[in-house]
Amino acid sequence: MKVWGLHLAVLAALALLGLVLPQYHATNLARIMVLAVFAMGYNLAFGYAGLLSLGHALFFAAGMYGAGLPAWHWGWGAAPALLAGAMAGGLAAVIVGLLALRTAGVSFMIVTLMFAKAFALTILYFNSWTGGDEGFVVPDTGRALFGATLAADGPRYALAWGLFTVALGLSLLLVRSRFGRVMVALRENEERARMLGINPYAAKLQVMGISGLYSGAAGAAYALLFGYVGGTFADIQYSILPMLYVLLGGAGTVLGAGLGAALMFYLTDVASSVTDAWLFVVGAALVVLVLFAPKGILGWVRARWWRDLP
Amino acid sequence: MSLLEARGLTRHFGGLRAVDGVDFDLEAGEIHALIGPNGAGKTTFVSLLSGRLAPQAGTIRLAGEDITRTPAHIRVRKGVAYTFQITSIFPGLSVFDNVALAAQGARVRDLKAAVQAALSRVGMVGMAAEVAGVLSYGHQRLLELAMGLALAPRVLILDEPTQGLAAGEIEGFKALVRSLVPQVAVLLIEHNMEVVMDLATRITVLNFGQVLAQGTPDQVRADPAVQEAYLGA
Repeated sequence: MKVWGLHLAVLAALALLGLVLPQYHATNLARIMVLAVFAMGYNLAFGYAGLLSLGHALFFAAGMYGAGLPAWHWGWGAAPALLAGAMAGGLAAVIVGLLALRTAGVSFMIVTLMFAKAFALTILYFNSWTGGDEGFVVPDTGRALFGATLAADGPRYALAWGLFTVALGLSLLLVRSRFGRVMVALRENEERARMLGINPYAAKLQVMGISGLYSGAAGAAYALLFGYVGGTFADIQYSILPMLYVLLGGAGTVLGAGLGAALMFYLTDVASSVTDAWLFVVGAALVVLVLFAPKGILGWVRARWWRDLP
Repeated sequence: MSLLEARGLTRHFGGLRAVDGVDFDLEAGEIHALIGPNGAGKTTFVSLLSGRLAPQAGTIRLAGEDITRTPAHIRVRKGVAYTFQITSIFPGLSVFDNVALAAQGARVRDLKAAVQAALSRVGMVGMAAEVAGVLSYGHQRLLELAMGLALAPRVLILDEPTQGLAAGEIEGFKALVRSLVPQVAVLLIEHNMEVVMDLATRITVLNFGQVLAQGTPDQVRADPAVQEAYLGA
């Protein structure tokens, strides 16, 4: 009860902020919520199931291109494009998972990293069709959703909020389900999980698929809400970002991904307005985090005050 | 037909013949002890039975069904449960979640009831909310056992369950194991001879990966080969 109350309060606060914030910050918040969905997907794999992937940029970009390319080439509207993007992310994650999950630990990091790099290069290679590293602007027809245009501020915020709400609710249901318990078991002690009748490979593949769906949906929404698709989104930094968000907010906490995304976004925003060496500030913040709260902010809250925080 | 049957089971590690052509039968409802000197191949043998290791030769049957190539997690679902020699729980999770993971592996509907039942059998009712990693060693061993029970197994393999337990705890453990049969067949690896002689209906003695003797406690005790190799006549 208390758990649902907290999460509903967060959602209500975000809805309210969309109405009262000045436009600059509302757009920022829309961007943060989309990135938070990406981080939630990453968190399910890394924070809950212990799958340290360095290839999530691939799933984000798969969603982005899965939505953007049909909108650009074939004039798809936003609804089918969004769906196609989410599916593309999930499918990409399952395909990568089929092979990468034969490894674990450092090997898993390297294999996922290589897959993501290969995908980024593929995008560049087919530049006549994908726009290469210049990317392309999503046409207006692709940003039309039920008579509204996602290029406008209100609908943009509404869709970002809607996606965030669905993603948060599903995350919460998932981690509190039997399958959620299995995910944590895989992270904590895989061999023991196997001897309790759990098939680790199949379970991890499911987690990858779900994580990919989240990443793909986020990538698709990012393309349609902000109108641009480009090869940089497939780069390694987009694999690192969700990891940073999750580590900052608290790996293995449902709200941690969103909190981390918001803090990191504004930290970058504020630091870069003060100094050119903003990466230094971000780095220093991360060092402080690792030293004093290695479990992230909500991980710290959970350890100190609220043990049942999901 | 015995409940769990091994024929010619073999597993070598390089030149080490850890398990070398073992024939073995676990009958329904019995408590069967597996003993032998250190390095006799006991843990390797039960790892073959539970599917944690693949045999190089031989067959394993569960109630007549060939499970030699069946993956470990499927064997668990078919009713072969294994509790670890070195306590292997999920230290970061609550006692409830530890047992619930086992119970949901057995596909139970009412998770709370199943967990409660398993915890009450090992005498840990009221500890469900505690974090497993901070329990005393004895309670962690009991938790491990509760997880085995929550799997609702047909065969329960216990690998040195009394290791590190206090004398009083061992008495409770013996009573618990006795209460499991005849619904469950228990295969027990044990170094504590008192426990073995007290509990076991039959004993198999392994030495250098081979069966040295098999029989009732009295037969095994009287066997000259066993006395020489193990009991130290």
